[in-house]
Amino acid sequence: MSFVLTCPHCGTREVTDFACGGEVSRRPRERPTLRELGDYNYFRRNVAGVQREWWYHRSGCREWFVAERDTRTNEVLWTAIPEEAPSS
Amino acid sequence: MSRLPQQPGERIDRSRTVRFTFDGKEVEALRGDTIASALYVAGRRTFSRSFKYHRRRGLLCCAGQCPNCLVAVDGAPGVRACTEPAREGMRVEHLNASPSLEHDAMAITDAVGGAFTPPGFYYKTFIRPRRLWPLYEKVLRRAAGLGKLRETQDEREWRTEYRRRHADVLVVGGGLAGLHAAIAAAEAGADVVLADEGPEPGGRALVNGRHEEARALVQQARDAGVEVMVAGTALGYFDGLVPVWQGDTLHQVRARRHVFATGAIEQPLVFAGNDLPGVMLSEGARRLVSLYAVAPGTRAVVATTSDRGLEAARALEAAGVRIVATADLRQGQTVLAAEGRKHVTAAVLGAVDGSSERRVECDLLVVSGGSAPATSLVAQAGGRTAYDAAHGHFAIAELPEHVRVAGEVAGDGEDAAGSGRAAGLAVAHELGLGEAPPPARPVRRGREAVPPPVAGADRGKCFACICEDVTAKDIHLSVEEGYDSIELSKRYTTTTMGPCQGRMCQLPAVRLMAQETGQSLQDVGTTTARPPWTAVPLGALAGRPIEPAKRSAIHPRHRELGARVMWAGDWRRAYDYGDPQAEALAVHEAAGLIDVSTLGKLMVRGPEAGAFLDRLYPNRFSSLAPGRIRYGVLTSDAGRIMDDGTICRLDEESFYVTTTSSGAGAVEQWFAWWLADWRMDVTLTDVTQGLAAVNLAGPRAREIMGRLTDLDCSNEAFAYLDGKRARVAGVASLILRIGFVGEVGYEIHFPSAYGQDVWDAILDAGAEFGVKPFGLEPQRILRLQKQHILVGQDTDSESTPFGAAMPWIVKLDKDEDFIGKWALEHAAEHPSETALVGFTMPDGDVPTEGAAVLDGSGEPVGQVTSARHSRQLGQVIGMAWVPAKLADDGATITISDERRQLSASVMTKPFYDPEGEVLRS
Repeated sequence: MSFVLTCPHCGTREVTDFACGGEVSRRPRERPTLRELGDYNYFRRNVAGVQREWWYHRSGCREWFVAERDTRTNEVLWTAIPEEAPSS
Repeated sequence: MSRLPQQPGERIDRSRTVRFTFDGKEVEALRGDTIASALYVAGRRTFSRSFKYHRRRGLLCCAGQCPNCLVAVDGAPGVRACTEPAREGMRVEHLNASPSLEHDAMAITDAVGGAFTPPGFYYKTFIRPRRLWPLYEKVLRRAAGLGKLRETQDEREWRTEYRRRHADVLVVGGGLAGLHAAIAAAEAGADVVLADEGPEPGGRALVNGRHEEARALVQQARDAGVEVMVAGTALGYFDGLVPVWQGDTLHQVRARRHVFATGAIEQPLVFAGNDLPGVMLSEGARRLVSLYAVAPGTRAVVATTSDRGLEAARALEAAGVRIVATADLRQGQTVLAAEGRKHVTAAVLGAVDGSSERRVECDLLVVSGGSAPATSLVAQAGGRTAYDAAHGHFAIAELPEHVRVAGEVAGDGEDAAGSGRAAGLAVAHELGLGEAPPPARPVRRGREAVPPPVAGADRGKCFACICEDVTAKDIHLSVEEGYDSIELSKRYTTTTMGPCQGRMCQLPAVRLMAQETGQSLQDVGTTTARPPWTAVPLGALAGRPIEPAKRSAIHPRHRELGARVMWAGDWRRAYDYGDPQAEALAVHEAAGLIDVSTLGKLMVRGPEAGAFLDRLYPNRFSSLAPGRIRYGVLTSDAGRIMDDGTICRLDEESFYVTTTSSGAGAVEQWFAWWLADWRMDVTLTDVTQGLAAVNLAGPRAREIMGRLTDLDCSNEAFAYLDGKRARVAGVASLILRIGFVGEVGYEIHFPSAYGQDVWDAILDAGAEFGVKPFGLEPQRILRLQKQHILVGQDTDSESTPFGAAMPWIVKLDKDEDFIGKWALEHAAEHPSETALVGFTMPDGDVPTEGAAVLDGSGEPVGQVTSARHSRQLGQVIGMAWVPAKLADDGATITISDERRQLSASVMTKPFYDPEGEVLRS
């Protein structure tokens, strides 16, 4: 695996600069059932295609941002700070 | 043997000599020589012994492609003598021969070994009797391999720097095509990197009389702004990243477009004795002449399939080598055998159809079996190859996006300049730079004949793969045994898996495979091209052999005090100062001082700081009064313990959060993540490195503090869990009254710059009270006496606060949601099946941490997480996960430790000061 991401704060860097926080999922707002909680904690959609993800610039500004990446090609479509991410 | 008269493009400097040793004997070289060219001048013809049969091997390609000249340089094996420049004082040694290169005992395998060493011999010959395998393995391991690694880390030390280089265009290969591509792209405005593996860019132009043109182009490229990486080997193509290894630098080149001008590899011919020293590829022979002014022989026979061999014959003749015979496959003539014991003494030439043959005495047999485009990198980038029957090799049939090829690899070697220029213009144009390239003109190529898979097979060993000593017969045998696909045969015979990585053997193996199976070459296909394309020392990939270590600002003092220093996560920490039990006792009897600068330290500030922490921790921090401290356990949304630490509220909007030493980075990341998601009005500052911290604890700690600060340290004025800002020894500090070790304690946080000053001041002030420094190990004993958990030691990824006997930390009645709430609500309703408890060992054994706790029937149901002898308590204490039904004071548990069964007694309360009266006093 080798590609680059553009940190909204620092610029374009190798993927090894970053930690991936996995796909963006919605934390339940109300008390979930045990099954819903299990899904939230342990299940991922794991799409083969474009997915929205959290990334952390570990070796840089140490800030989180969101990105859309094609999991098949590792093409990163865009990155943005959470406030500026297009609504999904 | 002397040098030839000056050659037009020679690389040597005849006025400068260089001396090195080969197997202990001094060798004189000229500056510009390679190890191999110097040895060749000195008369050496055998450069190595082969992998399996220990046959003599001599120079073949002279271009760093084949395995024949691998040597060790200054103890490092795997160096190619034909490309490694001779350096003053270097120590060169042969590989894979004992006692010497000339007298190799293992050469016996060549004479008798055929029957014992067929493909897969280590599964066949050496398998019975089974019990002898360990012995066989030892012998085979000794016999195998191409050199010995240096023994110690110091000797192996390899200083490689990583460099990341982003560019518009990367051109791999600095022959005429690559140079023209780089120049065209750069002149159109692109940022271009050119990597060439040779000691000098120019490729074949350097040996075929076009050296001046090549050298001018290199200058033109530099002038156009191209970064030229000389002796820079492109190792592979990894999703657009091409690592280029150049001496002590590994460039990680990421370009938007790639031009591969990797050329073509001249192929050997497969015939009897084709590995004998004196059999040389035509390009190799020309390199010796043109670059080093060395005559490769005196009487040469040339066997070729194209004009390439004839051109070489002319060049050799011009250098004074007599060409005594030529076999041109296009006229039906080829070479059937090379004869000679140590070196070629004669060649047997004949008609391919067997209708005639003749024996010609010679000391050099020049072969040219066509060429194979060097498609590996293109294939790794996603290109596809197909069999090209007209030229008898696999050529590029389909290119991936963003990739172009130029020159010989593209089949356009006859117009390298035009082909390169077109590729360079095309990639630049794709990037929005310059003009579109003119439409390509077809390139005329000379006629070539396709050699038979093998000739002269009845006359001796015909090697298809010289790296791994695989003969044409071996491939026949492997097909008979059912390994009838090229990928299977590769794994069984190891053809293409040696140092040449298929450069010399892929095509011969495919031809033999096609012959044996009756398939077409297209159907046989090639093996998958995998990185690395060129052998590379692992050290070059691993980077510098340095383990980053963190040291506290006080660290030099620990050294001076004779501390045993050990790793604790990323940190180097004082484990003890010689006597951990005595250090622990000093804390109980007088006072102890420990460096806890490794704790993670986060400043959480802002109007919503309290609310933010309330959402992260299962307990409440918004209600904490300024100047007060509360312990906190971080849980995940699955309710599992992630980290723990103390939080001191400094003022209305500021909280000082400490984390475990090893968890600092993860906690910062975790906090920052939720902050990014929740977007609360909070700022987060990691002050771990900026602040040092020490813990002064013990019955005399208060008196010592009185000497260091103006603060009223009485229990009434400065109570347990108070946090105060004051000067300690004159240094502005934050003092937390907390007690991880069970005695009255003050954790003092202050700027790292004053680390040693404050440490010294405390030890000075405490001297009359008997203060002693204590290390990590006594701290572990002391905290175990209190049953304070160490996250990661006593807990794992399954542990909840309920299981870890800390239900009081979870405030399920909090109105607001917090991370882990729902899982903890569930956990509260479904009691944990296991519980973390303390235990004592009546018999005084110290169980191993990790030992199993057994139930009545001997099944493991839990494990010991911590165990220590405590001199203070006069007994062995520990903590363990046990079935919940055994989590009662006095219950007996059985511990299985190294086949012994030990009995332990459960104790759920702290072993020392169970009610915390000492701590609060």
